[in-house]
Amino acid sequence: MPAIVLQTTPKMAQRQFVDRVMGALLSLATLIALAPLVLVIAFILGNGAAGINLDLLTQLPKPVGELGGGLANAFVGTAILIALAVLMGVPVGILAGVYLSEFGHSRFASLLRFLTDVLTGVPSIVIGIVAYSAIVLPMHSFSAVSGGFALALIMVPVVTRTTEEALKRVPQALREAALGLGVAEWKSILFVVIPSGMGGIVTGVMLAVARISGETAPLLFTAFGSRFWQDGLNKPIAALPLQIFQYAVAPYKDWHNQAWAAAFMLMLLILGLNVCVRVLTRSGFQRVR
Amino acid sequence: MVAGVRVTAPFIAGILLSSLLAACGGGSSVPPVPAGSAPASAAAPAAGGKVNLTGAGSTFDFPLFTKMFDAYGKQSGNQVNYQSVGSGAGIEQLTKKTVDFGASDAIMTADQEKAAGAPVVHIPVTLGAVAVGYNLPGVTGLKLDADSLSGIYLGTIKSWDDPKIVALNPDLKLPKTAIAPVERSDGSGTTYIFTNYLSAVSPDWKSKVGADTSVKWPVGIGGKGSEGVAGQVSQTPGGIGYFELAYAKQNNISTIAMKNQAGKFVDASVAGATAGAAGAAANMPKDGKALIVNAPGDSAYPISGFSWIITYQDLADATKGKALVDLFTFSTTKGQTYSEALFYAQLPQQVQDLDGQLIKSLTIAGKPQ
Amino acid sequence: MAAVQVAPRSRRLPSFLGAANLPDLTFRGIVFVIGALGLVGIIALIVGSMIAESMPAIRAFGPSFMVSNVWDPVKRQFGAIPFVYGTITTSLIALIIAAPISIGVALFAVEMAPPWLGNAISVIVELLAAIPSVLLGLWGIFVMVPFLQRVVEPWLIDRFPGVPLFEGPPYGVGLLAGGLILAIMVVPTIVAVSRDVVVAVPIAQREAMLALGATDWEATARAVLPYCRSGLLGATILGLGRALGETMAVTMVIGNRADISASLFHPSYTMASVIANEFTEATNDLYVSALVEVGLLLFGVTIVMNMIARLLVWSTARASEAQLRMA
Repeated sequence: MPAIVLQTTPKMAQRQFVDRVMGALLSLATLIALAPLVLVIAFILGNGAAGINLDLLTQLPKPVGELGGGLANAFVGTAILIALAVLMGVPVGILAGVYLSEFGHSRFASLLRFLTDVLTGVPSIVIGIVAYSAIVLPMHSFSAVSGGFALALIMVPVVTRTTEEALKRVPQALREAALGLGVAEWKSILFVVIPSGMGGIVTGVMLAVARISGETAPLLFTAFGSRFWQDGLNKPIAALPLQIFQYAVAPYKDWHNQAWAAAFMLMLLILGLNVCVRVLTRSGFQRVR
Repeated sequence: MVAGVRVTAPFIAGILLSSLLAACGGGSSVPPVPAGSAPASAAAPAAGGKVNLTGAGSTFDFPLFTKMFDAYGKQSGNQVNYQSVGSGAGIEQLTKKTVDFGASDAIMTADQEKAAGAPVVHIPVTLGAVAVGYNLPGVTGLKLDADSLSGIYLGTIKSWDDPKIVALNPDLKLPKTAIAPVERSDGSGTTYIFTNYLSAVSPDWKSKVGADTSVKWPVGIGGKGSEGVAGQVSQTPGGIGYFELAYAKQNNISTIAMKNQAGKFVDASVAGATAGAAGAAANMPKDGKALIVNAPGDSAYPISGFSWIITYQDLADATKGKALVDLFTFSTTKGQTYSEALFYAQLPQQVQDLDGQLIKSLTIAGKPQ
Repeated sequence: MAAVQVAPRSRRLPSFLGAANLPDLTFRGIVFVIGALGLVGIIALIVGSMIAESMPAIRAFGPSFMVSNVWDPVKRQFGAIPFVYGTITTSLIALIIAAPISIGVALFAVEMAPPWLGNAISVIVELLAAIPSVLLGLWGIFVMVPFLQRVVEPWLIDRFPGVPLFEGPPYGVGLLAGGLILAIMVVPTIVAVSRDVVVAVPIAQREAMLALGATDWEATARAVLPYCRSGLLGATILGLGRALGETMAVTMVIGNRADISASLFHPSYTMASVIANEFTEATNDLYVSALVEVGLLLFGVTIVMNMIARLLVWSTARASEAQLRMA
């Protein structure tokens, strides 16, 4: 039996050419997207390599000119603030996303959806001002709680939208199958739909966490910053982005090194958190089949 | 591998949770590294215990304060947490009583004083020289005077080889480069000092632009923060910008020698700022609110200014009040010795004396000290 | 089909609360109270705060605030048009650059690359989101801006003389720099969400196209992309939101000059930047109030741009529906 030879017609050749060009363009797009990251990391490392040492994680800030200071309280402070923000913001965000996706077929829900999109565009400094008026003024004191609240306000719209989109992607067949098996609505949402959409939900939460971990403006008038260990959730608290900002804009080389080194470690921590959470929720990156 | 990761993730969650619990429980359960300070306690301690003070305000003062307040902390056992949120914001926080004292590079306006509700006192705590840096490769020792500087920022002098500039620098070869003025886009005490100087020496500037922490600049690009302005100047050939002296040193930017009131050309330096303050001290108002731009004196640098600690005249809390008086006294006397190493100017003796009187005028919980 | 007992609907409660049994009702109640009402509460808090704070300025300037281009703190004249221009222009530049690239990265990571590479790329790109905005700004000043000033802008000026878009001395800072740095900040958002959208397309769609003899690209372009079109637009809208509200990094490279100019190289000023720059030093209540009003205006601009984006989604959805019906 003669081998079947596929003759490449001119039309087919053109299509294959387009295919190859688009493939190259997509690869190029990826390289272009990764380039700034590589450049910025190189810049951060270049400036901060001198400052990366254990002191950074264990020592309190020292005044200008004295060697050996660190940002230990800022690392702890940021962890506390992120934990507070996640505790306050993620439940609201996820539940709002569930509402919009599963029960959101009314005009009220449409309006809510629209306003949530708009909310993702509010500048973080405005959110800081809101949190300041809402919590700091009545308390007459800066506090970790107000800082966490401000960060939660930034997180909620992002988590809401990404949760809604993630749950909308869960095939309707899954819901109908659960219904058909006699599973109560609340159980089917909690134990079937949400786990199916967990990948997208986790993406949304991690995206929000990565964003707030680098935010300075909302913390200026809420967390306030501190050069000492934490004293209670109703007192000012150190935060890494705040300290990095103060050090980076000061005219002292020693502080610059610490700022860059701390920034690098912050990024590493977020990366680690990202990987851990994905494995923990086993949401990985699988394709829906 | 999977088992390893399964352990790590809860471990990290555990760290987050335990930091949260540690924060609730008070500072003593967190790693015992801090040098010098006693364990924190949330409530106001009894007499003899540690006092926690918070202050907010000027970014300019921040580095100096870290040094001063750290030294004060070692000596007294009190903790002073000062954050640089900006002079205006610092005054706002003092007014809203979220901090114990403020620090500002600008004198409070009538509006701000009214909002404060009760009398406030301005205590000069340090001095700064606002350097004017430029970027002209190969040109060193540039001199300018009030007329040329205001012309540059008004936009009437556009090129470095303008006759007015050449006249002041006969022995320099000035290129035909366009001048690229850079200014502060964010409100700042440095702008306050700079525009007050221009207003004092140029009636044109005073009527067209005026002086404040933030103004409508006729020409130029706005950089964010002094580091933004310094960065921009060092990247732009032909650039000129104003920032604190420390930034000029840090970025190796050449600075301009300005002609002062006495007709001498003085370069930006801490000595020049101190000389300016000394020259102005003779006529200083008793409330400490003095602008010392264009000060008299041969070695005075004309673009200098005070930075003040702002406090209520009556310190409501007795324990905190005593600690505050202590802190202010330390900062204006022994604390001054830390200035020069960090490119701040020491207060001349006359001003330190005035400070002593201002501090003595403070009352604690209604009673004089 | 057996008759199903349905609880009678109360006329006063929203129909969504008319669930058939107590556990469902409780669950719906929790979701509604914490989720929906919580969200409403947040919106009300933010909008309400902003309106309350900007009342003095609204009363003082009225509608002239939105058309005047004078921003003079000393003379207490405030007009916001230059900032609106700067915000819209930089955000558009950012989206035009970032959206195609981000969707391209998502397609590459999911469709073209082997799974380990695709995962790695997604995680690495998300790292970009974790860079503190102020550090990105500093990198912008010391690396990107000089590059623009010495290489890119002079080249563009040479190649396109007379085009108003590329006029003016190459400062480096300006609209182009602001747009570029926003693009960098927006890419992680769009990539992350797009990636999830593309992953969710059933593999059968792609395989069907391939079985019909399509090339890889054709399968992607004609089976995968149309399927997730609205999701991709959603990702872009999220990116737009990020761009409109970004503050620190932009303010360090945009030149901070309240001018309106057609040239990409001219310094400009965004609404978020002016608030961040001047809020902490605003010396009087009218000034603070004017700044918050700028925030309110930004809110308004965001609403308008979102509405336009939604109209786009709606109209493309209708168009593809019509196509399907005709087929």
